[in-house]
Amino acid sequence: MNDALREILSPYRHPCGGLKLTVNGEACVLRCSGALWLPGRQTLIASDLHLEKGSAFAARGQMLPPYDSPATLARLEAEIDALDPRAVVLLGDSFHDSKAVSRMDGAQLARLERLAAGRDWIWLEGNHDLDALAGALANPFKRLPGRVVETLALGGLFLIHEPQADPAPGEVAGHLHPAARVAAYGRGVRRPCFVTDGRRLIMPAFGAFTGGLDVRDPAIAGLFPTPPLAALLGRDKVHAVAFETLR
Amino acid sequence: MLGDPGAPPVVDVLVSEGRVPWAGHTGVHAIPEVYDAIKRADLSLIFVNTRWQAEFVFQSLWAINEDDLPIALHHGSLAAEQRRKVEAAMARGDLKAVVCTSTLDLGIDWGDVDLVIQLAAPKGASRLVQRIGRANHRLDEPSRALMVPASRFEMLECQAAREAVAENAFDWEPEHTGTLDTLAQHVMGCACSEAFDLPDLFAEVTTAGPYRGLTYEAFEEVVDLVATGGYALRTYDRFARIVRTRDGKWTVRNAQMAQRHRMNVGAIVSAANLNVRVAGRRASGKHLVAGRKIGEAEEWYFEQMTPGDTFVFAGQVWAFQGIVKTDALVSPAVDKDPKIPSYGGSKFPLGTSLAERVRRMVQDRDHWRVLPYDVQEWLELQALRSAIPEAQTLLVETFPRGTRHFLVAYPFEGRLAHTTLAMLLTRRLDRMGVGPLGFVVTDYSLAIWSIRPMDDLDLDALFEPDMLGDDLEAWLEESFMMKRSFRNCALISGLIEQRQPGAEKTGRQVTFSTDLIYDVLRRHQPDHLLLRTARADAATGLLDVARLGQLLSRIHGRIMHKALDRPSPFCVPVLVQIGRERVGGDAAEMILDETAEALIAEVMEDAPEALKGAA
Repeated sequence: MNDALREILSPYRHPCGGLKLTVNGEACVLRCSGALWLPGRQTLIASDLHLEKGSAFAARGQMLPPYDSPATLARLEAEIDALDPRAVVLLGDSFHDSKAVSRMDGAQLARLERLAAGRDWIWLEGNHDLDALAGALANPFKRLPGRVVETLALGGLFLIHEPQADPAPGEVAGHLHPAARVAAYGRGVRRPCFVTDGRRLIMPAFGAFTGGLDVRDPAIAGLFPTPPLAALLGRDKVHAVAFETLR
Repeated sequence: MLGDPGAPPVVDVLVSEGRVPWAGHTGVHAIPEVYDAIKRADLSLIFVNTRWQAEFVFQSLWAINEDDLPIALHHGSLAAEQRRKVEAAMARGDLKAVVCTSTLDLGIDWGDVDLVIQLAAPKGASRLVQRIGRANHRLDEPSRALMVPASRFEMLECQAAREAVAENAFDWEPEHTGTLDTLAQHVMGCACSEAFDLPDLFAEVTTAGPYRGLTYEAFEEVVDLVATGGYALRTYDRFARIVRTRDGKWTVRNAQMAQRHRMNVGAIVSAANLNVRVAGRRASGKHLVAGRKIGEAEEWYFEQMTPGDTFVFAGQVWAFQGIVKTDALVSPAVDKDPKIPSYGGSKFPLGTSLAERVRRMVQDRDHWRVLPYDVQEWLELQALRSAIPEAQTLLVETFPRGTRHFLVAYPFEGRLAHTTLAMLLTRRLDRMGVGPLGFVVTDYSLAIWSIRPMDDLDLDALFEPDMLGDDLEAWLEESFMMKRSFRNCALISGLIEQRQPGAEKTGRQVTFSTDLIYDVLRRHQPDHLLLRTARADAATGLLDVARLGQLLSRIHGRIMHKALDRPSPFCVPVLVQIGRERVGGDAAEMILDETAEALIAEVMEDAPEALKGAA
């Protein structure tokens, strides 16, 4: 990482193992789970949950395990238990497709209800779940908790699902599922990661079955005028890795 | 009726300049002699054990090809069109030699081959016979074959293979139990052709040898896997791929499911491969674009490279430019010497019966006389410095070297079983507080190094067969091999489709998602049928657990321990392997040479005058 980037980000290790840095002046903790914690606003952000991806494939004949929604929600629950956030923002593509909510098991819907109780629960619209959210909020039998917004401004940050070519300052987006690989000793390790240059931030996908796009792909790398920092999710640490050393 | 067996094959071992190298696995030291043999024959096939070895040997032969002999290359990674061209040229008699892998083991006979050269040991007597059979189909004349051992242990192996061929003794294959993922594919196939009755299909399946022992419960479980994925959480019943008709028979749900099944039929899952393509640049942008396809190669190979690294592929030197989606982009390199060494160890582990022959040959001093002098003296020096193990015992040596302590064992049971054994031993040594740092294996031995000495360990306890219980299970849990095995089972059983109408999902993309699925499934339904199948597959195919079990009971109470003050002659090949696995590039090759030479000098120090020839 070059000095200019280090200067802007000044990342340091948070006690939870996450990485603490500032994006457009706003203090952010990049958590090992792939969620973003804004300590100053007691707000938890998670992107691209892709709930019911397993059943979406099953409906088309590929019987992926039906356990991705429970797995994803269990991880979200652990974050909520640990942090007790005042607000939870889901940064879009929370559901894999338009029929996802109707396929969802009653137990998982009840779990969502329970998690949302007593906090501001915000669904940001994504390309995958636009219809799912509209449908579910209109359907009195499959009520989802919380409210739906298109974008959200939070202090110095601007939350939106898809990163824009001409971003607002402090843009926090998902959609691209960034992942990066580090190689050493003849072996490579590939992990989902956050990508940031201190002005904007791309979040990793939080869902259990969500794959990744390499950060060096032009779709991600092209968003940054200078090489950004990749923050790879480790088991109990987030590893800041300079873009140049990625494989 | 038995045919006339014809003249027995003439199998020779090529000993380059009367010397067999201490260590190595390519046999490339003997290239000048191999070249001479090619010159004297009409058409030679040069068999090697891996694709990368083929590239390396091809490159080495052309480097000294002063007569411009038409020497070609044939292996499974080359584009099909390229391979067809080589086969046609062989048939026309336009070629003098072809460097090839097992792709030419079987199949049609192209051309009049009169010499088969096996570079590095064949690892199994049957494979050798198969390859020799490529030469000369006139019954009255013997087939001619030449083996080139890459190291001294391989010299023993080549000699053993030669004797096995002379005795018509082939390797036995252990009886094969049918796997459930393959059965799942069969069940789906049946449902796609016509509706079947469950008990009838069960009766039919169990007439096949590998499925004799299948229970009806297990069969029903497989059918459930085909229908809805076999999950405890029954949310997929409405999406079932196969359904029951009104008369109680099972049939495919619709034509689209049948079409998708047909696109994915097959029980051979290849490693995740990338297309190797020539890189071009779009006139306007800085981005690379993929051009002409040269072939395919394993993803792992490119993952160790950085852009600019040079390597040999399809007989040329290329510079690696980067990976874009499922393509590895390369451009012609100016360098003649590739930076990344392109050879790996043998793909096949040493076969059981050949291993047994090698162990017996080591034990039998009278038998040594058939071996080259340097190998005989090497064996004598081993007897003097350490010990010659008997066929049924396990020799374990411990010694210090530099700042590390080493333990080297010689089971002669092949790479797979050795890797598993070394993994399990390392876990135990860790618990014993020895501080193991790493291990390497060859087909003949394994070496583990540690922070603290291992001279005073209770070796009988260390090699106790109970390591195949909890230790094995605990290790498997974390092992990447389970993920690889799971991916294969998921693809074969049809749980995941590699090809879909319209778009092909490549190996690269499938690997990533099956790992995620494996993790989720293991947590939520650890007894799922595919997890059990993947485990059984890993135990046989990747870990050779059965062979390791036989080894551990064979040597139980028969461990011969030698605490030495320096490395023994036997341990040189495996110690040299340490350097080989850690480094790459030209400088690395030099380090490697120095390591091997320094090591040999160390072993040879103060050797009796009569045994100096071993060096």
